[in-house]
Amino acid sequence: MKALIYALRSFGREIRSGEVIVLLAAVALAVAALTAVGFLTDRIGRAVARQANEVLAADLRLRSPDPLPNEWRDVASGYGLQTAETQTFPSVVFAGESSALATIKAVGDNYPLRGSVRIADQLFGEQRAVDHIPAQGVVWADGALLARLGLSVGDYVAVGESELKIDAVLTYRPDQSIGFASLAPSLLVNLLDVPATALINEGSRVRYALLVAGEESDVNEYYAAVEDDLPESVRVRNQEDSGDRANNAADRAQRFLSLTAVITVLLSAVAIAMSARRFAHRRMDTVALMKSLGASQRFVISAASVQLVILGMLGVVIGSAVGFVVENGLTAMLADLFANDLPDPNLTPVGLACGSALILLVGFALPSLIQLRNTPPLRVLRHDAMPPPPSRMFVAGTALIAVALLLYYTIGDALMLVIVLGGMLLVSAALYGAGRLLVSAMGRSRGGVGIAWRYGLANVSRRGRDSAVQVVAFGLGLTVLLLLTFVRTDLLETWKQTLDEDAPNHFLINIQPHERSSIAEIIQSDAIAAPRFVPLVRARMTTINDESVKTRKYPEEDGKWMANREQNLTWAESLSASNELIDGEWWHPDYEGEPLVSMEEDAAEELGVGLGDRLKFLVAGQEIALTISSIRKVNWDSFQPNFFMVLSPGALDEFPTTFVASLKIEEQQSNVLLRLVRAHPSVSVINLETILEQVRAIIDKASLAVQAVFAFTIAAGIAVLFAAVQSTIDERRFESAMLRALGVRRRTVLSGVLTEFAALGFAAGILACAGASILAAVIADRLFDLEYSFSPLLWLIGLVGGVVLVCGSGFVAARGAINAPPVDVLRAA
Amino acid sequence: MSNHSANEKAVLAAENVTKQVISPEGSLTILSDISFSVDRGDSVAVVGASGAGKSTLLALLAGLDLPTQGRVWLNGINLTDLDEDGRADVRAASVGFVFQSFHLVPSLNALENVMLPLELAGGEAPRQAASEILTQVGLADRWSHYPAQLSGGEKQRVAIARAFATEPAVLFADEPTGNLDSHTGDHVMDLMFELNKNSSTTLILVTHDSALAERCDRIIGLDAGRLVSDNKVAA
Repeated sequence: MKALIYALRSFGREIRSGEVIVLLAAVALAVAALTAVGFLTDRIGRAVARQANEVLAADLRLRSPDPLPNEWRDVASGYGLQTAETQTFPSVVFAGESSALATIKAVGDNYPLRGSVRIADQLFGEQRAVDHIPAQGVVWADGALLARLGLSVGDYVAVGESELKIDAVLTYRPDQSIGFASLAPSLLVNLLDVPATALINEGSRVRYALLVAGEESDVNEYYAAVEDDLPESVRVRNQEDSGDRANNAADRAQRFLSLTAVITVLLSAVAIAMSARRFAHRRMDTVALMKSLGASQRFVISAASVQLVILGMLGVVIGSAVGFVVENGLTAMLADLFANDLPDPNLTPVGLACGSALILLVGFALPSLIQLRNTPPLRVLRHDAMPPPPSRMFVAGTALIAVALLLYYTIGDALMLVIVLGGMLLVSAALYGAGRLLVSAMGRSRGGVGIAWRYGLANVSRRGRDSAVQVVAFGLGLTVLLLLTFVRTDLLETWKQTLDEDAPNHFLINIQPHERSSIAEIIQSDAIAAPRFVPLVRARMTTINDESVKTRKYPEEDGKWMANREQNLTWAESLSASNELIDGEWWHPDYEGEPLVSMEEDAAEELGVGLGDRLKFLVAGQEIALTISSIRKVNWDSFQPNFFMVLSPGALDEFPTTFVASLKIEEQQSNVLLRLVRAHPSVSVINLETILEQVRAIIDKASLAVQAVFAFTIAAGIAVLFAAVQSTIDERRFESAMLRALGVRRRTVLSGVLTEFAALGFAAGILACAGASILAAVIADRLFDLEYSFSPLLWLIGLVGGVVLVCGSGFVAARGAINAPPVDVLRAA
Repeated sequence: MSNHSANEKAVLAAENVTKQVISPEGSLTILSDISFSVDRGDSVAVVGASGAGKSTLLALLAGLDLPTQGRVWLNGINLTDLDEDGRADVRAASVGFVFQSFHLVPSLNALENVMLPLELAGGEAPRQAASEILTQVGLADRWSHYPAQLSGGEKQRVAIARAFATEPAVLFADEPTGNLDSHTGDHVMDLMFELNKNSSTTLILVTHDSALAERCDRIIGLDAGRLVSDNKVAA
């Protein structure tokens, strides 16, 4: 109680001291970064998940060859979930003399539960999203189907025994396949029209589906409730199965945000540790006095803890407020990405913020507090009496545990933690070693320079260990700022390529070999560059190293699916631009030997195969044996036709081949597509524009979020610089007063101090550039799957930035000390 | 806890006190085999050249530090038997300090500085007691000022008020006029001796100033860590 009263009484005046402000700022920044990033990753995660769910048009889909009992739908309604039913089956449809195979997609009210259907009033006309299904008696038909039947909007099509009016062109439905294995073109029909068609009989190949959507927890509960009663024939899919590579960008954005948060927290922690050290140091005289007056160790530590807790709470309040403002700003900015997907209001962020502040303070300030507690009372008489320094193991231990706990809890990415923490430790050690070398070199070089320089350099070398510690602090701050700049630049650059306006927006599939020249002619007639035709052969894998793919054990569950599904094989003379060889060798363009295959790295990993392994495929009844000769990394974001397996030239010559092509077609050029499908009705055109738009939207917003959160890191970096300068401020105040009392001009003292900071900034800048380059290369490769490119410009920025930032914050922080009237300082000393 | 002391009348006693420290050059003896006792209410000046060991002796007598050998008795309690918190309790109950560089808590105002030892000792109505003693030292109207807003003499008067606030058995003063001009110093010392006379406090005064030492009842001389003289001052 006595300690509490004392702590509160003296707090008001102590809060104005420099180290308390830095401490407060550090806590607030950590809290703000964690809350804002936690919020953003949550939101982006939801946005991505929702997009993944669009592939199902639902959150959960139950599909069966048999009609689904109504009971399952009723149970879902009981959980407050939305439901919709669909029936999908192939059927030949007629228009006069013409006929074509179509996929009949009969849908009930509410379809789709996720995403929306888009239609156009004419073939390749302007599309619009609709929030209803075709009315009874009308259908929406895929453009390819209209082309094949020679029909237009307003005509009638015979579906079984019904004549249905074509009301619109179906341009997009969320659950359509975008792979090369597209089924026959779709006809979207109202479910109530199906009985009249009389198409569903015994033996019809109908797939009945129940779509379910709602709150994640409700969906999970529903699934748990019905799971055990589902017959084996029912296939269940939810969002986890449906996530695909198209969401790479959002995934990376999340990782970057997490990385930014990790680094902001680490920087804040460094600033907290440094300012807590000074907080303790400045209180040593008072503590010694209190002890001489009879205060117990408990009193001393309680009073200091109370003050730290108050600081922590203030930090939480300020940090949460800043986090809240940033959150709201970003929400407004990202509104269309997040739609109405607001999380339920709860106290988790506040609790998290309090917890983080507490953990950071305990982990990083505790050693200093304990040292403070041990201050000998003798210090009132002998100013050099110091408490024993806390053990290094203890300091490092508490700090590491605190950071690991905090970050693992908030970010949950162990690999990132290991890389970043390990990297920072290595960089710190290297900075310290190199810092000491540089410091001693500076000490030796001060002979031939003017007084200001000599004073500055003498200071650097006299404070040997302290200077090296400052180099570490400055260097660490600069390293992470540069690191994030490197990664951010790389990330934005890669995204820009994805956002490239020339990215193809249409796939043409099912092109017969003889159609290529005619298609090229049609396309080129509209001044569009001729596409590259990529061969495609369908095959099924039979054995891996002579072991049946059905009985083989796979390292990952996905491997089994990958081995047993129908494969799209291609062959190529040279490696395509969106591919990179990571193992083995690519064949010579004239290669004519045994058939070889180049595997995509994830596919190889899932299947558990590597160089030299043998695969056998069945193609149109014939077997083909392949040896894996290389492993590739594929940039799936490129929207170019890409394959898990690429074969050597000649390997597929004897097999029936179709071709695929990708095209960039402007909206006003859509007539070319009309002519193309009329001339080649069997070719299917897949419009990627909608998907591209979604990816672009995510990337645009994610870039903004990345920039916004990056600002926190810069602020935390500056807090570290300030804390480092603050740590020597008392000594500077005294020295400056002494020098000025001896007749040195203020300007000269100031130049000396700036020289010292410039020297430290230069040393830290060089070391930070080296550290950041190495770390960035590791991070780009391990966490972001990005190419790392060395940038001399960033080195220049690092060096100049180091000198300017360190000098700037040094000047601001030390100005007061230098300007203090010498008489006041010397009298107070 | 032992209650024995060399002399039943003594409030403070040193028994063969030796203090050695480890320096880069090896073990260094700062005080060697010092023994003396001080009666309740006495005023004793400790004199000697710089480095003679005066401040070290003061630190040992007040329990701020422990001797390497020997024992120190304060108010009948053997300080060398106690841990740091135990010695702090003894100081809270029986000791006051006045330092050369005042040592006021910069974040507390004058009144709060004087209240501090009263609160630590668990005294009743600390605010009122502190206010009264501030009036006695002539600073009634400066109670709300912070140390930075006070002159050197005023600071030392606050420190004296703080030292006497708990009516300690022993008051240790370490060069109390060292940072003051002679006029202010005289004034401060008058105040201290007056308060000492009015209470039954024992005063241990470390000083260079022989005139100041002459105002005490007894003068103990130190030289190179040894007790070289111990004289009563003629009244």
